[in-house]
Amino acid sequence: MTAILEMRSISKAFPGVQALSEVTLTVERGQIHGLLGENGAGKSTLMKILAGVYAPDSGEILFDGVPVSIAAPHQAQQMGIVTIYQEFTLVPHLTIAENVFIGREPGVGAFMSWGRLRDQTRTVMEGLGIALDPMTPVSALSVAEQQMVEIARALSMQSKVIVMDEPTSALSEHEVHQLIGICRDLKAKGISIIFITHHLEEVMRVCDHITVLRDGRNAGSAPISDVKLDTIIQMMVGRSASELFKRTQSYAAAETVLNVRDLRTAADPNNPNKTALHGISFEVRRGEILGIAGLIGAGRTEAARAIFGADRFEHGAITFEGKPADIRSPLDAIRLGIGLIPEDRKQQALFLALAVRENLSIAALGRLLRWFNFVRFDAERQMVERYRQALNIRMSGQDQTVSNLSGGNQQKVVIARWLAMEPKLLIVDEPTRGIDVAAKAEVHQLLDELASRGIAIVMISSELPEILSMSDRILTIREGRLTGEFQRAEATEERLMEAMALSGASAKP
Amino acid sequence: MNSRRIDVIRLLGQFAPFIFLIALVLIFTSLNPRFLLPLNLWNILRQVSITGLIAIGMTFVILTAGIDLSVGSLLALAGLVCADIYKGGEFFTRLFGADVSGLAGNVAIAAALAMIIGVLGGLIQGIAVTRLGVPAFVVTLGGLSVFRGAALQYSNGGPISTFDAAYNFWGQGKVLGDVPVPVIVFLAFAVVAHIILRYTRYGRHVYAVGGNIEAARLSGLNTRRLILSVYVIVGFFAGLGGFVLSSRLNSSEAVAGNGYELTVIASVVIGGTSLFGGRGSVLGTVVGSVLIGVLNNGLVLMNVSSYVQQIVIGSIIVLAVWFDQFIKARQKR
Repeated sequence: MTAILEMRSISKAFPGVQALSEVTLTVERGQIHGLLGENGAGKSTLMKILAGVYAPDSGEILFDGVPVSIAAPHQAQQMGIVTIYQEFTLVPHLTIAENVFIGREPGVGAFMSWGRLRDQTRTVMEGLGIALDPMTPVSALSVAEQQMVEIARALSMQSKVIVMDEPTSALSEHEVHQLIGICRDLKAKGISIIFITHHLEEVMRVCDHITVLRDGRNAGSAPISDVKLDTIIQMMVGRSASELFKRTQSYAAAETVLNVRDLRTAADPNNPNKTALHGISFEVRRGEILGIAGLIGAGRTEAARAIFGADRFEHGAITFEGKPADIRSPLDAIRLGIGLIPEDRKQQALFLALAVRENLSIAALGRLLRWFNFVRFDAERQMVERYRQALNIRMSGQDQTVSNLSGGNQQKVVIARWLAMEPKLLIVDEPTRGIDVAAKAEVHQLLDELASRGIAIVMISSELPEILSMSDRILTIREGRLTGEFQRAEATEERLMEAMALSGASAKP
Repeated sequence: MNSRRIDVIRLLGQFAPFIFLIALVLIFTSLNPRFLLPLNLWNILRQVSITGLIAIGMTFVILTAGIDLSVGSLLALAGLVCADIYKGGEFFTRLFGADVSGLAGNVAIAAALAMIIGVLGGLIQGIAVTRLGVPAFVVTLGGLSVFRGAALQYSNGGPISTFDAAYNFWGQGKVLGDVPVPVIVFLAFAVVAHIILRYTRYGRHVYAVGGNIEAARLSGLNTRRLILSVYVIVGFFAGLGGFVLSSRLNSSEAVAGNGYELTVIASVVIGGTSLFGGRGSVLGTVVGSVLIGVLNNGLVLMNVSSYVQQIVIGSIIVLAVWFDQFIKARQKR
């Protein structure tokens, strides 16, 4: 019997990045197929090609043995390939029934038949073993229930392949159990599921077969009966680290700069992607680079934002340079000497319509004023020029619009903004995301230099090679809890990945 | 090369209102040479001076990606109270019982009062926007009704008319030959506002908040206070406009400034300030105000009905915003 889906030698490049090279994925009928890989390994790109969001540069897709081209999302759906994304695509104020049959409402002409809509929805939901009233508005449902509605919708479209992108990330243990039951039912009906997840135990529990990607290439594919957890981890890690900057020496001093005790935040009902923190405690010393490793959604960014005063926290104590610190806003943090380089440069750091000069000086303007708070433009230009030279920022001039710089140079502008504040502690969240290899090495060298000047650095990253090559000490975080602490010498990718992805990992304070 | 092309587009975007203005002037002059007479040109400027004044304040608001729909109503309320107090405070006394006849005849006090009322109105709306988190569109839509109602209640619907020459100087007077005083007021405040936006920290912060509010907050800016301040500023200008308008018309009434919000917002937007915040200038707003004046005046000289003028102005607003989005899309690449 032919496989329901074959993706052969798929390649896709984005400006500056080869996202996928010659990737192959074969999914059998009635198979639950785990698609694994670190962040940035190419899973999402591959699935977006399958969903018709991106067109591949080369390669072919066979659906039920027939070569197909999927040019748009609705084509994929018509074929029977449905993707359930992490962010649901439901309309909150419509009922379950309306959402399940959206765009395909039963009825006559422009008139919708509510009775048939309700009955048909009920039939689909009963098939899934879900006991919800089809007339309930989706906004009244829990995250898990909304996911069930998404699955019901996929089922009602006569789907043959359902892609689930991190389906369990926002679910409780019980709900995960329920979801796995539903997956098994679907499988029994001959429906195939591509299951993307970071949680390796779930893979072992639910999947029949796995395919692992690494750096946009196939790193292995095997029936689940042939692999163990540690072989999967080995397939996932081991990305080439040769081009990375290597730190040769540690500057960590004795004095503690930042001490965080039992930091807790509540879950945000409006934002299921935000992870609650369950008691994070750590400290950073002068000149130390502390790496925080965790998968996306583990709570790394939430911890950084809470410490910086960007988000409220429920409970916890922060001591800065030995004194209790009451940080209620970013301004409070900045006054203490804390800087934050956020993970999303364009959304959270840059003023894209403003010039390089204005972007760089915004936080340090207070030092560049004369009477009536007029900006001293000569001093501002001197300062910008100083950082342009120090950080080797490539731009046509100080008045160039920052949106016209490359990603690496934009990141340097953001770093320079904080250096101009002369911080004592710098929190950098994904400092090299989306920038090219050469700029990456420059940023790493820069961070090393800052540490040598006694600045304490907390570096959050989902790239293990980066964490390993830069950190003096490494914390791993998972589901809002710290799951491990490693000295640089004792850390390996395998050990970190275990602590990041497995719930059984030793829990340290 | 690509980035150079984008800079050309940006440059074109910046100067588009100015180019459009020159083109209009040339067209109207060729159709009717009388258009270019100095008297006509001063007339145009005088006609736009009051909405232009408020548009200066509105530029601050729109730069932060906000909006204020209440300016026409706030202008009416401020103008009424100011005119009433100047004439002895008959309505004030009837409403509040206090005798304020001592303040009569003092232009400085009357004008200051108009501005204070504007500032207070802006302050209340700004607090509602920043503390209660109600969208500015809704807050100021409410304000549009509240201030108009307050003005009607204050004056019992009737006008307050006939002031002395000292009062009317600010709306009707001329200096240096043919230059109308309200034009001087308009341009003087435009210069001050331009300097604040371009050369001070506050101005930089206004652009930053409008360009990316999250980045501004993470850079340590007090975003709430900044947003509050722009509503105070536009309120100030609405109050000042109320005083100048009553002086210009030698009368103040509760229905004054009806529909001004449209002209004011149009001036700002046509002048190239982005409704999405972060981009624009007072200079552009001055050009936008004058452009609307030229358009109205030129159409009158061409005997086009005032109904058609409204159609033209409305269409140009849509075109200007479309153009702004076009520029922004190019910028993002």
